[in-house]
Amino acid sequence: MADRLTPARVLIYALLAGFAAFYLVPLLVVVLNSVRTAEDIGATSVVGLPRELAFGNFERAWGSYCIARRCEGISPYMWNSFLMVVPATIISTLLGALNGYSLALWRFRGDNWVFGIITLGVFLPEQMKLVPWTLVLRDLGLTNTIAGLVLIHVVQGISFTTLFCRNYYTAIPQELLKAAKIDGAGFFRIFWRIVLPLSPPILIVTVIWQFTHIWNEFLYGVTFTSGAQQPVTAALIALSVSVSEAPQYGVQSAAVLIAALPTLLVYLFGGKYFVRGLTAGAVK
Amino acid sequence: MTPDPGPATAPAAPALDAPRAAARRAAARPAWRDAIGRWLPHLVLWPPLLVSVVHVLGFTGYTTWMSFTASTLMPDYEWVGLRNYTAVLNSRNWQIATDNLLIYGAGFVVLTTALGLLLAVLIDQRVRGENLFRTIYLYPMAVSFVVTGTVWAWLLNPSIGIQRLVRSMGWGGFRFDWLVDREMAIYTIVIAGAWQASGFAMALFLAGIRSVDADLYKAAQVDGAGPWRIYRRVVLPAIWPIFIAVLVILLQYTIKTFDLVRALTGGGPGIATQLPALVVYDLMFQRGLLGRGSAAAVMMLLSLLLVLVPYFGFMRWRRHREARHG
Repeated sequence: MADRLTPARVLIYALLAGFAAFYLVPLLVVVLNSVRTAEDIGATSVVGLPRELAFGNFERAWGSYCIARRCEGISPYMWNSFLMVVPATIISTLLGALNGYSLALWRFRGDNWVFGIITLGVFLPEQMKLVPWTLVLRDLGLTNTIAGLVLIHVVQGISFTTLFCRNYYTAIPQELLKAAKIDGAGFFRIFWRIVLPLSPPILIVTVIWQFTHIWNEFLYGVTFTSGAQQPVTAALIALSVSVSEAPQYGVQSAAVLIAALPTLLVYLFGGKYFVRGLTAGAVK
Repeated sequence: MTPDPGPATAPAAPALDAPRAAARRAAARPAWRDAIGRWLPHLVLWPPLLVSVVHVLGFTGYTTWMSFTASTLMPDYEWVGLRNYTAVLNSRNWQIATDNLLIYGAGFVVLTTALGLLLAVLIDQRVRGENLFRTIYLYPMAVSFVVTGTVWAWLLNPSIGIQRLVRSMGWGGFRFDWLVDREMAIYTIVIAGAWQASGFAMALFLAGIRSVDADLYKAAQVDGAGPWRIYRRVVLPAIWPIFIAVLVILLQYTIKTFDLVRALTGGGPGIATQLPALVVYDLMFQRGLLGRGSAAAVMMLLSLLLVLVPYFGFMRWRRHREARHG
């Protein structure tokens, strides 16, 4: 089908390109500033091409820039985020798959109520849980630890992962289960042999969703950790506060770029599944 | 440090009484296996379900209870009735926050929906590079509100951002200083929020538009309707449930907005961009007023329920109707 360039078509492409620019400008600004010197940015504005390439910004942002009086850059906070996000994502996804499996395929009395309440957890504002979590973390001795954040994100995440998996597993025909049960397969055998092999699409969606959400989460990070234990989102805020006297937009841009990179890469390589998660979580 | 059940000690215990266990297993295999087979699913199944349920109900109940107590820095279980609620409702901070919520909510929801719908319709015109455009429009959803807020704070900062750029290009009198303007600062949050979420709205609308029955299109085309007429008369009426879904999701975002404001304006200038979620945090962790903070949190939840309860009711009604009409 030839794309004939009528005036209407030109207008459509012009609008699409214009909006593309609007969405790309902030990313472009960060990328360009990350290799500009502070003097260069200070003399013009944050929107501009680098006069010279200052790759040193990345080195400083990663390893030596001072955030809240600790001069180790954002690398320790990046590790904190990884140490938080990897176990929390894996555990919450596995538990969500098990929950979804039992809710969808092993009906029991009150299962709809259980599912309804778990779904409420998706919508419940974090503010309703701040005080209880403070007490729970204190009683478990997990105040100001990454392990505490992992616990929070696992419990919180089960709501999402159960919702995703349960809705996916309801499409598995009950006959398949009955046949397996007649063959003597139990709860775990059926999960392992029948359900799990059918699961990769929903597990990828769930992992991507959990990874992105937990990586980007800020309120729990800033409430339950401080100083060296903070995840990178909280450290970015501390960074902007600490540079407000003498702004270092170059170094800060490099830090922002590094902090945003993991989820951006997940988005670029898992785009289809990312979108599926967004729409599944939304429309259901 | 956290107590860590080290891997070095964990396997040692079973190894010690392994022979005994093996003997027992050999003697009583059928019963033993039966019992495990019957109970293990329950042991695996119930804890996560219970934890989720208890966490949702228990935490909600606890915070609600706290909101009726005299708690300050620490929980204090003296009942004070609605005193926290009246104190919060009468505070200037909360009044500004709720006013802002209305302005920001209306602006954010309308702008994001309009942008999302426009982008979806444009992309639906069988354009080349559809995937590229979609990827570009949606990538903001992959970055955190903290990142979005930080970067937009630079762009909107008059001394270093867009205002400076335009002035340096020769338009000396150009003003774009909403970020530091008490009246206008709330609109910077609308801009940054719409930048982040409109691609999401686009994805939902596009999925809806693509799922409209092809026969409806054809029938309209046979009737000689032009493309815009088809959208207005056929496609948009067919996807109205998507509008409601988008509306509910965006309202939910609005009520929960916290990170974006923290990174973009910090609630300022002064308290000009205060929002309920920031008030809750401020009361609980900066002023040490757990009772009042909980009351504010409960009011956030109530406003959320105001959006969600009708939505779920509507979804139920639709499912019933569909079930009846096949």
